[in-house]
Amino acid sequence: MAEELKKVDVVIVGTGWAGGITAAELAKKGYKVVALERGKEQSRDDFIGAKDELKYSIRYDMMQDLSKDTVTARGSMEETAKPVRNNNYARFGNDTGGASVHWNGVSLRWLPYDFEIHSQTVEKYGAKKIPENCTIQDWGVTYDEMEPYYDKFEKTAGVSGEENPVGPPRSDKYPNPPLKTTPSIELFKKASTNLGYHPYRLPAANMSESYTNPDGETINACMYCAFCEEYGCDFGAKGDPIVTVLETARKTGNFEIRNESTVTEVIHDGTKAIGLKYIDNITGTEYIQPADIVVLAGFVFTNNKLLLKSKIGKPYNPETQEGVIGKNFTGHFSNISTYIGARGFFDNEKWNLSMGTGALGAKVDDFAGDNVDHTDLDFLHGYEIRYYHLGQRPIDNNHVPEGTPAWGKEYKEKNLFYHNRSLIIRAKTAFLPNRYTYLDLDPTYKDEFGDPLIRATVHYEEQDIKRAQHGVETCKEIMTEMGADIIDLVDVPDDVKFDSKFYTNHFLGGAIMGEDPVTSAVNTYSQMWDMENLFVLGGSSFPHNSNHDPTETIGAFAYRASEGMIEYLGGEGGLLVEAKQTSKA
Amino acid sequence: MAENNTPKTESHDPGRRNFLKNTGLVVGGVAGGSLLGGLFTNQMKSDDGKKGKNEDAVKVDPSHARVFFGRFEDFIVLATATELIFPEDDNGPGAIGLDVPYFIDKQLAGTWGINGDDYRQAPFTNLEGLKKIEKADEKVNHSRANRGKIFLEGLRLMNGESMKRFDASFDQATEEQQNEIMGDLAAGKLDMKSIPSDAFFALLKQATLEGAFSDPLYGGNKNMDGWRMKEFAGARPSYADVIESEEFVKLDPISLTDYQRKK
Repeated sequence: MAEELKKVDVVIVGTGWAGGITAAELAKKGYKVVALERGKEQSRDDFIGAKDELKYSIRYDMMQDLSKDTVTARGSMEETAKPVRNNNYARFGNDTGGASVHWNGVSLRWLPYDFEIHSQTVEKYGAKKIPENCTIQDWGVTYDEMEPYYDKFEKTAGVSGEENPVGPPRSDKYPNPPLKTTPSIELFKKASTNLGYHPYRLPAANMSESYTNPDGETINACMYCAFCEEYGCDFGAKGDPIVTVLETARKTGNFEIRNESTVTEVIHDGTKAIGLKYIDNITGTEYIQPADIVVLAGFVFTNNKLLLKSKIGKPYNPETQEGVIGKNFTGHFSNISTYIGARGFFDNEKWNLSMGTGALGAKVDDFAGDNVDHTDLDFLHGYEIRYYHLGQRPIDNNHVPEGTPAWGKEYKEKNLFYHNRSLIIRAKTAFLPNRYTYLDLDPTYKDEFGDPLIRATVHYEEQDIKRAQHGVETCKEIMTEMGADIIDLVDVPDDVKFDSKFYTNHFLGGAIMGEDPVTSAVNTYSQMWDMENLFVLGGSSFPHNSNHDPTETIGAFAYRASEGMIEYLGGEGGLLVEAKQTSKA
Repeated sequence: MAENNTPKTESHDPGRRNFLKNTGLVVGGVAGGSLLGGLFTNQMKSDDGKKGKNEDAVKVDPSHARVFFGRFEDFIVLATATELIFPEDDNGPGAIGLDVPYFIDKQLAGTWGINGDDYRQAPFTNLEGLKKIEKADEKVNHSRANRGKIFLEGLRLMNGESMKRFDASFDQATEEQQNEIMGDLAAGKLDMKSIPSDAFFALLKQATLEGAFSDPLYGGNKNMDGWRMKEFAGARPSYADVIESEEFVKLDPISLTDYQRKK
C-alpha cells in the first residue's frame, strides 16, 4: 500500500525548464510546490572541474540510466521495435535540472508560421499542398500572443544574441550582447553573405557578460572552456534551471524537490487528478502525493508514458487516426534533421577549434519555416544552416577525408593534421508529423517496475527526405564558398530510414496542444481537456517540430501555463479556454 | 616493415630480457620488439625516466597491471592491434606508448565492460539480425554478449586467424600480415559468434581513440601526449582571453589532476 502524504497546492513531475519555471512562478505566488525528480540531487558544486570528456560525452554520465528505463524504437509499423540500449542512442536528461543543465544553450523563438502552420499553408498554397499523410495542425495560439512569454524566458535565462535579420518581430532586444566571435565564425558569415543569405549569431544562454535576471539570480560570464554541451557548467555561466528558476523557487520557502522519486502513475477519479504515485528509489517505498494541481513536466516519453499508464485521454490509433495520446510524435532525428551537412577540410588554415561554448556560432534562417516560397518545392517548412564553435573535444572529433584508410599511419597523420583544420556546417531541418509516426506502449519490453516501455514508431515521409536533401545542398554551397580544399557531405539518401537514434533532446508531441479536444490533448495553457487540474507541459505539447530548437518555446509555454495555473487556483476552476470544434464530425 | 618479423630479444635491460625469455615472447609486426617490450619494461624505469641500476631501486607504476585480461597472450594481441590502428610515428607515441592497452583493460573491468549502464533485458538480436543493423555501435549494443566477452572473442579470433594463415601469433606476424587480418576484420569477413566482425573493429578503434585522448586519470593518454599531438589543451579553465585570436594559439595541456589540485 502506498503511503498517502499531506496534500500540497502543486505537485510537479520533473525539474527541467518546464517544471522549474512552473515551480518558481507558483512558489512566488505563495503556493506550496513539490517537485518529484527521479534523478539524483545535483548542484553547481558537482560541476567544478568536471572537464572530463570520457565521463560526460562518451559514457554519458548526466544522461538517464537506461538499465532502469528506456524506450523502444522502429522505423515503421511493420517492424518489431528494439529497445534503445545505450546512451549513445538516447541522451535523455536526468537528475536535478534535467536536460536543461547539459543543454548547449541555443535559444530560439519559433515562427509565426509554426503556430498557424495549417491555416497559413492552406491560405498560401491551397489544401492540396499538404501531403496526404501529413497531420499538421494549428496550435490554437499565435506568435504575437507568445511573444511576451518568449521575452520573459530570454530574460530569465540571460540569452546573449543579436537581431535575426529575417526573424519575427521582437518587443525588446536580447538581454545580453552576442558572445565573442572567432575567425571561423566570421568565415561562415562572410561566405553566407556573399551568397545573398542573412547570417546572424546563434542566440545563446551562455552569458557574454555577468548578468542578473529579473528574479535576482546572477549568472556569470562564460569562459569558453569547451565543456558545455553534455556538461554542467563549471562556472555557473549557463542559463540553466539550477542557477535560475529552481533557486528562485527555493528562496520563497514554498518549494521542495524530492530527488530519487520515480513517478509511476497519476492518481485520478476520472474527472480530476488527485495526485502522483511515486517510488523512493533508495528505499522502494511507495507514496501518493495529493495536490490541487498536478503537473507533468517530464521529458516527452515520461509524460506520454504516465498518461497512457494512468489511462488519461484517448490513446492514438494510427489505423483509424482516432484518439490523441501518442499522436504527432516528431523530433530532430539525427540522420535527417541534425547531423547532416557538409564537412570541409582546409589544408592552409588552422583555427582554435578546441575553444568554444555550447551555443557559440552563427546561422542562416533564409530557408527556415516558410521564409522562402514553397510553391515549387516538394516539401513544407524548412531548415536552418548552422556553424557551431562549441569546442572540439578529441575523443569525439576524429575526422579524416573520405578515402583515408580506417587505421594505421596515414589515418593517424590525417587525424592529427585536420583536427584544427576541418569545419562542419549543418542543416537543421523541421520534421512534420504524419499519421504513422507516433508513441504507444511496447508489447514486449518493460521498465524496472515491470511497466511497458514507450515505443516510438518513426516513419520518414518523402517531404522530410526532400527537405533534408535541400538543406545538405545549401551546406555544400556555403562550404564551397568558404574555400575548403576537400568537402565531404553527410548526405541523406533517398531511402533513408529512422536509425533509432535519439541523439538530441528535441523530441516532441504525443500530448499535443490545440483548440479542439478531438484533435488535441491540452489547450494552449497546457491544461488537459479531459482533466482540468492536470497540466502537461514541455515538448510533449508541440504538434510538430520546427527547424528551430525547442527549449525556448518549452520555456515560453511554461510561463503561459503557470499564468493559467495561477488563474485556475485563484478562481473557481474549470477550463481556461473554451473548446472549439474544428475537426470534421 | 617485414624486417620486423625478426624477433628482437636483444636488450641491454636485463629485466626486460629475462621477461621476454621467460614468457617465450618474440614480437614482430607493427609494434616490434622494442615497443611491445616497453609494455613491460616501463616499470623497470625510475621516476626520472632513466633505467634503474638494480631492481631494488625500481619505481613501479602500479597502473601497469592487468585487471580484466587474465591471459597475457590476449593482452599482447590487444596491444598489437591498438598500435596497428594508432602507430608511433614522427608526431609522437602510438597506442602502446600512450598506455592505451592498459586503459582498455581497466575499462573492460568496469561498468563499460559489462554494459552496466545499458538496458539489458531480453530478447536480444541474433547474429543475422545484427548484420542487418547499419551502424557498427548498434550491432554491439544489441548483442547478447557484453563488451568484455566481445573483446575476448574478437582478440582470440584475430590471433587464431593469424596462426591459421601464417603459422604465427598475431603479435609475431609481419605488419603486412597483421593488416590483412585487420582488413578482413573491418570488412566483416571474419566469423564471430557475438557480433559481425566489422562491429568489433569499430569497437576496438573507438576504444583505442578513447585511450589515446581521454584524461590521463583513466590510465591512457600517457603524459598527455595524445592531447599534445592533437594540439588539444585539456581541462583548461578559460579561453576567454584568446578565443578571438586570428592565429592558432598553442597551449600546454592541463589534466584533471592539475585542475582539481588548483581548486
